[in-house]
Amino acid sequence: MKVSLKWLRDYVDIKLAPEELAERLTMAGLEVKGTQTIGGTWDNVVIGEVIALNPHPNADRLKLATVDLGTGQVTTVCGAPNISLGQRVPFAHIGARLIDPHTGEAIVLKPAKIRGVASEGMVCSEKELGISESHEGILVLPAEAPIGAPLGAYLGDVIFDLDVTPNRPDCLSVIGISREIAALTGEPLRLPPIHYEETEESIDSFASVDIVEPDLCPRYCASLITGIKIAPSPSWLQQRLNSCGMRPINNVVDVTNHVMLEYGQPLHAFDYHKLKGRQIIVRRAGNGETITTIDGTKRALNPDILVIADKEEAVAVAGIMGGLDSEVTDKTDTILLESANFNQATIRRGCSHLQLQNEASIRFDKGLNSELPLLPLKRATQLLLELAGDRAAKGIIDVYPGKSEPKLILLTAREVERLSGLKVNINGILKVLKALGFKCQESNSGSQISVSVPYWRGDIKCSADLVEEVVRIIGYEKIPITRLGSPLPQQKSNLSPSAQQSNLKEKLRNILTGFGFQEILTYSLVSLEKLQKLSPKLELKIPPLKVANPMTREQEYLRTSLRAGLLATLSHNQKFEQAGVRLFEIGKVFLPHHPPVIASEAKQSQEEKELPQEKEMLCAVLSGPRAELSWQADKEPFDFFDAKGVVENLLNQLGLKASFDIGDDETLFQGRGANIIVEDDKVGIVGDVHPRVAQAFELSNTICLIEVDLEKLLTKVTRIKEYQPIPRFPSVTRDIALVIDEQVSYRRVENIIQSFPLVMQITLFDLYRGKQIPDGKKSFAIRIIYQSPSHTLTDEEVDQTQEQMLARLHQELGATLRS
Amino acid sequence: MLEQLKDLHTQALDELNKVNNPRELELWRVRHLGKKSSLTKILRSLAALPLEERRKGGAQANEIKRALESSLEEKEKLLQEALLTSPLESQRLDITLPGRPLPAGRLHPTTQILKEICDVFKNMGFQVIEGPDVEWDYYNFEALNIPQHHPARDMFATLWIDAGMGEKARLLRTHTSPMQIRLMERERPPIRAIVPGRAYRYEATDATHESMFYQVEGLAVDKGITLADLKGTLFDFCRCIFGEEREVRFRCDYFPFVEPGVEVAIGCSACDGAGCRLCGYSGWIEILGAGMVHPDVLARVDIDPKLYSGFAFGLGVERIPMLRYGIDDIRLFYSNDLRFLRQF
Repeated sequence: MKVSLKWLRDYVDIKLAPEELAERLTMAGLEVKGTQTIGGTWDNVVIGEVIALNPHPNADRLKLATVDLGTGQVTTVCGAPNISLGQRVPFAHIGARLIDPHTGEAIVLKPAKIRGVASEGMVCSEKELGISESHEGILVLPAEAPIGAPLGAYLGDVIFDLDVTPNRPDCLSVIGISREIAALTGEPLRLPPIHYEETEESIDSFASVDIVEPDLCPRYCASLITGIKIAPSPSWLQQRLNSCGMRPINNVVDVTNHVMLEYGQPLHAFDYHKLKGRQIIVRRAGNGETITTIDGTKRALNPDILVIADKEEAVAVAGIMGGLDSEVTDKTDTILLESANFNQATIRRGCSHLQLQNEASIRFDKGLNSELPLLPLKRATQLLLELAGDRAAKGIIDVYPGKSEPKLILLTAREVERLSGLKVNINGILKVLKALGFKCQESNSGSQISVSVPYWRGDIKCSADLVEEVVRIIGYEKIPITRLGSPLPQQKSNLSPSAQQSNLKEKLRNILTGFGFQEILTYSLVSLEKLQKLSPKLELKIPPLKVANPMTREQEYLRTSLRAGLLATLSHNQKFEQAGVRLFEIGKVFLPHHPPVIASEAKQSQEEKELPQEKEMLCAVLSGPRAELSWQADKEPFDFFDAKGVVENLLNQLGLKASFDIGDDETLFQGRGANIIVEDDKVGIVGDVHPRVAQAFELSNTICLIEVDLEKLLTKVTRIKEYQPIPRFPSVTRDIALVIDEQVSYRRVENIIQSFPLVMQITLFDLYRGKQIPDGKKSFAIRIIYQSPSHTLTDEEVDQTQEQMLARLHQELGATLRS
Repeated sequence: MLEQLKDLHTQALDELNKVNNPRELELWRVRHLGKKSSLTKILRSLAALPLEERRKGGAQANEIKRALESSLEEKEKLLQEALLTSPLESQRLDITLPGRPLPAGRLHPTTQILKEICDVFKNMGFQVIEGPDVEWDYYNFEALNIPQHHPARDMFATLWIDAGMGEKARLLRTHTSPMQIRLMERERPPIRAIVPGRAYRYEATDATHESMFYQVEGLAVDKGITLADLKGTLFDFCRCIFGEEREVRFRCDYFPFVEPGVEVAIGCSACDGAGCRLCGYSGWIEILGAGMVHPDVLARVDIDPKLYSGFAFGLGVERIPMLRYGIDDIRLFYSNDLRFLRQF
């Protein structure tokens, strides 16, 4: 809400400088997010009167204006079409700081000769003064503007732009903000006196009000003013509306807006003669009912929307917008002025249905009190009599089915201290609360205060709310700074599943960055298309959960896999990367428990809805040359065995041993994908990405992908390992070279060798095909380390074992020793 | 023979003086102390001599041998020393050649700052827990005093899984605060925990707004916890993260689930409080919302608000590295341009 400092000063004396005031309000919860100073640069601008106008000798469209400045007269050249004799105008002396209306830049006024006539200054437009964009003519000041006075004193102002939190609709009003300032500065609040003459004829003989839905409209007040003459508002009123960012329209509308800004109560003026049956009915809209609102739009209504109707049809959408037919026009001579209270949720629903929001609805939407309408109605009636009308009918219509009693809350000084840590005595508490308009009564021999909440503070419901009031007005900066002194909660075991999981994630991050992987974090929401691209056939194994109101198609579905994010990131970065890229992400995927069939999603009943399973996954990709370009680097591209090596080393660091079997994951290329097996369970996959998948992500290189299910992995790492004693006896090392059929996998060889208990370690150190090896065969060079936990091995023992081993390798796999 | 031995000795020492490198020294050793050396020959020939001569000659020859051996040792040391103090030109490296590259893996800046934040609170006795990203309306709103049609719902533009289904509607949590409820449902005071995690908003993205971001929620509940404790905890946190000198502002603000409510801002690092675009010309940058847990929230999870009190806070994570490193666009975080990520 924008509010003018000048206007605030009508209700409270303000001695603080504007910046200090802004600071105090902000600290107390009413954030001033912007301050605009009007007239801060007007030190050489004064108010003058145009006392003579003569034609310019050399130009038809220019005039020579003589302006009386009180201290003397000056003559200036003026081209404004609206200048006329007797006007009070802003006059800028040479040296005044103005805005160049053509460039919008700040300038200093210099002496000038215009068409041969020297000009001793100038009469200014609003734009030149920086008040508005208007430059069609000069700014004409009200007739009461004091001649000779500095313009800044007369027209200068400071506009605060306040960010009012949703709990404080009372501060969407000048009086509400004034009350805050009064409480913060200890100055009294002055409310405008309300008094006007009424005619003999009672308002009841003009109109009646019937509230059909008392729950949705707790109160409806109205007054009636006759002899209305629609005209522009006086300049002080226009100025006030302008200063709060509202456009002046005519005297009647401007008065209702003025009072809304002043009290926070929206008002609506009906053309009384347009109301059929002299009746106001507050009811729900009918099915299929429509109304054309004052913006000229025909709107479809429904029974969720509350309307103000006459005998025949809706004449306004309650609290949101008036109808075009009953709108005040130039011909209006009698108005029925509405000041009512409507149910907050109803207004909110109505606004969202009609996609409408305005100054009135945002106030109702925050929840106004049913005690509020009467005073603003009287204030507006008074102003209308002053500015637009002739007579007010006797009395006010006040239908009030929803009256509520003021809330009573008990507060003690002890409670203030218990919550805030700030010691405040009863008198200090009383002072703050009374200044804010709370009625307080001490009881229990002065240790307890019974607080009656004023109607405009609907946000105050319990003692904690009162504690905040006390503390914020005294100042949050007065709260002491203490450290938590309460006992620490019992600390969770490092072996608890959640501790283990976060430990595992941290370990994996450390290991992978150690291996040269860059961590990325990608969006939880992806497009359906990206998830589909993970399968060469564009099939979705797990239908993902859909967002009902996505921002974009790119972020429409909850990811069921991290793969898409990594491949897209790889693709996005490849044009900038010369070296190989290693990326990983650790994060959640979202798996619906009852996967909806996408086509019949809508049919799902509510009982089936569950939160999806949120599963922590690790996914990593490698692509491009193994090392950066360098004078000594390995320039070969990453391949399957790089990825497999990452998995093996990773698991090894976690104290686990991986084995691998042939995998059939769709994202991976057939024959180049493997399942990662730990203790007989599949914990993930590793392999080359299917070229079609890569292509779908606009990737051309070979891409190796690793994916690990962290929950499964966690079940493997949580078992505490048993310590193995360091071997006490020496080992024996033997190398063998086997020639074997191409089709025989290394694992079968490894399994046979490993089955001998004396074998402690085997290492494949060469794989050879070519010269000396027959076609269709390959040669494995293997180092075997023998060791016994119980004694020093003899050569005979090792020889014997190896002989048996070679015999089995020959028998079972057809392997022979390479000669 | 004694003469011959003396000459031998003198000659050997002369030659040794001229030795300049280990290779020459080895040749010298072979020549003078080796199996075919004159000295060895003499020693071997001693056996054929009469006892008296053998004794004299033997003693002399062995003495010379020992002397030569020790000279050899000395020379060896000298040569080694010389080698270490002025190495050969051929052993010199071009130390300006680049080193062999190692792959550099880094953690995402968000992960780095999360760890930093969690460590600060862990040191204050807070436990770190996590919660679901997809939540019920109940936990995200209802239980936090934000019922249907509450105006405060405007503060949280929501991405819904189920549209318009009351408290059984699923949504992407708009803040980490639902974990306050889940935590208090399953644990009794004293409670002291933080919850890092992702939050989501239905919001057009720009340099300062993202539809997904990280928050760290904090909660402490026990008897006797006050706003002063909240102030102390958060001032400590700000000092740890932003440094001793950074100004911290603690002002009244509104969040439906706390009362009294607090906003914490730090002095703008770009303009030092003078006002600039970064801080919206206020000199302050908001970094977190906080307050005392609302009594209705406590009552809802069966914690007696008359006996217990607590504070809660929610901290925007990306804001911190943005301030620290002068990052002017939050969208850089999750678009994962490696040229950005490698800077941290």
